[in-house]
Amino acid sequence: MSLIFEKSVPGKTAWTLPSSDVPAAPLDTAVEKQLRQGTPRMPELAEIDIVRHYTELSRRNHGVDSGFYPLGSCTMKYNPKINEDIAEIPGFQWAHPMSPDSFCQGSLRVLYELEQAFCAITGMDYFTLQPAAGAHGELTAMFIIKAYHRQRGDSHRLKVLVPTSAHGTNPASAAMAGFEPIPVQCNAQGLVDYDQLVSLLDDHVAALMLTNPNTLGLFEKEISAIANRVHQAGGLLYYDGANLNAIMGIVRPGDMGFDLMHLNAHKTFATPHGGGGPGAGPVGVKEYLQPFLPAPVLGESAAGLFWDWDRPQAIGKVVGFHGNFGVLLKALAYIKALGGPGLQQVSQDAILNANYLRARLQSSYSVPYSQFCMHEFVISATNLPNHIRALDIAKRLIDFGYHPPTVYFPLIVAEALMIEPTETEDQATLDQFVQTLQQILIEAEQHPELLTSAPHHTPVSRVDETRAARSPKLHW
Amino acid sequence: MNHPYLPLTDGQRRAMLDTIGVSDFAELLAEVPEELRLKKPLDLPASQSELELSTGFHQLAEMNVLPELSFLGAGAYQHYIPAVVNHLAKRSEFYTAYTPYQPELSQGMLQAIFEFQSYISELFGLPVANASLYDGPTALAEAVLMALKETRRNQVLLPETLHPSLIEVVRTYLRDSGVEIIILPCPAGVQEIEHLAKSLSEECAAVVIQNPNRYGILEDLSRLIELTRQAGAVPISYVQPLTLGLLEAPGRLGAEIVVGEGQPLGLPLSYGGPYLGLMAVSERFMRRIPGRLVGETLDRDGRISYVLTLQAREQHIRREKATSNICSNQALCALRAAIYLGVLGPKGLHQVAQRCYDNAHYLAAELNKAGFPLRFEQPFFMEFAIHTSRPAADLIHSLAARGIMPGLDLGRFDPALDHSLLVCATEIFSKTQLDRFCTEMRDLG
Repeated sequence: MSLIFEKSVPGKTAWTLPSSDVPAAPLDTAVEKQLRQGTPRMPELAEIDIVRHYTELSRRNHGVDSGFYPLGSCTMKYNPKINEDIAEIPGFQWAHPMSPDSFCQGSLRVLYELEQAFCAITGMDYFTLQPAAGAHGELTAMFIIKAYHRQRGDSHRLKVLVPTSAHGTNPASAAMAGFEPIPVQCNAQGLVDYDQLVSLLDDHVAALMLTNPNTLGLFEKEISAIANRVHQAGGLLYYDGANLNAIMGIVRPGDMGFDLMHLNAHKTFATPHGGGGPGAGPVGVKEYLQPFLPAPVLGESAAGLFWDWDRPQAIGKVVGFHGNFGVLLKALAYIKALGGPGLQQVSQDAILNANYLRARLQSSYSVPYSQFCMHEFVISATNLPNHIRALDIAKRLIDFGYHPPTVYFPLIVAEALMIEPTETEDQATLDQFVQTLQQILIEAEQHPELLTSAPHHTPVSRVDETRAARSPKLHW
Repeated sequence: MNHPYLPLTDGQRRAMLDTIGVSDFAELLAEVPEELRLKKPLDLPASQSELELSTGFHQLAEMNVLPELSFLGAGAYQHYIPAVVNHLAKRSEFYTAYTPYQPELSQGMLQAIFEFQSYISELFGLPVANASLYDGPTALAEAVLMALKETRRNQVLLPETLHPSLIEVVRTYLRDSGVEIIILPCPAGVQEIEHLAKSLSEECAAVVIQNPNRYGILEDLSRLIELTRQAGAVPISYVQPLTLGLLEAPGRLGAEIVVGEGQPLGLPLSYGGPYLGLMAVSERFMRRIPGRLVGETLDRDGRISYVLTLQAREQHIRREKATSNICSNQALCALRAAIYLGVLGPKGLHQVAQRCYDNAHYLAAELNKAGFPLRFEQPFFMEFAIHTSRPAADLIHSLAARGIMPGLDLGRFDPALDHSLLVCATEIFSKTQLDRFCTEMRDLG
């Protein structure tokens, strides 16, 4: 399909300004010196041309509203529609971030209520809502950990332990904050190798980053012992909240011994992912880490809520303003719609759906770990007939209208297909998915070319990624 | 329990437990130690119906005071957003999608991002633009990190004319890194060429130039860039993208990294987020640029297609060695910006910039007549600081009572400027509205 630039017809326009009786201002010399030479290469189109262009693009895209999206670890659940309307209420949409606090009491109340709710759900004592995404929350937390150790005179604590099953952002976030990420292996049960972990703990360790349940969907049942040992060694225990949607109302990171954490608004609280963002990655901490939270933090006085900038130990600001308010608003709406019992049911249904799918698939696919899973699980597409690989199965699933599961992650499982059904799918959808995966196995045996040449019904067939990287063409 | 967001019925739940082979749900939690499990329900208010939600949030929104006329800018700008932007960006195939890891199912978003990159590349005058970052300030912090790695130098020059948030966020990202941040004083409201010349050394990795700067003033961009390059440092330009309808692309003036806040391109103010970090770089930074990149390629049948590319830089491949931890972008915000730019076209972009310029200059002249002279005698674009005889904070509260937000009290960031107001006039104002503002200001003195 043509690029919008290729559809341009000089003279067309989709834009009008009201006429103005403000006199044209003479350009001063400084402006004249900086004037743009020539016209930027942008399309000239009428409104209908633009509407048709983006409507067609939308039809070449798959979202949760288009169909099942069992992308493990990424958590693609249904996004309630009322939340979009709430985010568009003009009083919220046109509140200016630099307005005096007394003009923004509604927005501040939203943020305050959300902080309270996050504390209740996670067992943390304080939250900052500034970070703009989950990975940004990780980075913020790493800055906090650094500030904490520095204040204690422990600036030499520069090692951060990260299990090999962790999200790739964990080691990258630690490295960005100036730490040295040290991998911790997993054992045969898919859990952190406790003995190796203990052997790595010394007085150079700043923190252990852990997600629980982990990226295999398995609960780290030795978490209390792990927390004790990390604390004894003087390190902090960091909770990667990417999988928090599995445990709401069941267990809380704060009760498991974690000192600080981030959460991903879209994974846990159903805010849309938007094709890659915007997200929000609030960070929660226990009492003793509160002084290090990014400034400002919310305060409350007789006059109402206010931004408290008087924060001498704060790590600084991590975004320009107050975080992704529009996203946070949707998260609060979601929490209010469900309430405490509803959130617990969310996690229970996520767990039930995952175990149901797992149980139904284990007769036909290899499931590497034997225990019940939490909200997601991994199957391994090894030893399939005709050298069929995980990627082929993923691509063939597209022909049946599914977004494929996550492939080749976590790295510790060969030919991994990581499946997360979420709580917003019903039994019929899961049954249909099982049937499709079984049929694909039969095809693998009888018509492997159907898989290796898949997908067949999409606007483009398999794309040449090597070519894109070898001779990058990044703009029109 | 039954809830509109949860499609399973109790009957289905029962049948599914039977299939799994357990007698009740608790058995599935066998791996979760009993002593850790919550013994009481979460301490949250009861669930609300959709009607209650809608009513409650409208009430909260009403607690915000929205002025009839607002001249507040300072990093977040109220421009008109054409209706098609919202209608098209709200198509759920876009907003309910994930990062486009499976290109065959995601050509729509991938092509939209490729087009977005093309717009930014063109506007900024540099060959490589990414698929966006969190916001302007974080984009600047990433730009500084990139310059430090590329030059292997250890010092960064930030002029005082940068927006305070920009300085704050860069400081946060560099704290403990051992990098020296030098803040250049700018008493006249602009960077002085001589002062920069004296401050540059072989240690300097980057000089950041915000244009227009925190006071809306135009810096001497070409000369600042030239000086920076001569010293072997990376010139980083920070822009308000809509001004580029009138002003030359910084990349064409020699800036090697151009970053900015994309909010003015069709995004509502939304109390500060979500916004849109823009970034474009010269060729030599192509394999260092953080964030996602979409590239053009071919599919098996030779058709043009789009895919996430150069992922070797990224966290999910190199992990510890990744150049950045960023794994998302602001795709939906980038989509809004792309639609907005498509609607404007080259002529519209020029018109908006010109109208902002005209409105701001008319307003500044009229305010001057009303007794509010410019705080800095410098060329400005669409924002300017004026001197107020009363403390600016007082003035704001008095005018707000009349439905007008006159601007930003500059004393919030610099006590020496507590009698200064930063006023912004975009294209949305008519002459009548600008005149009304001046009349109200004159009344209050």
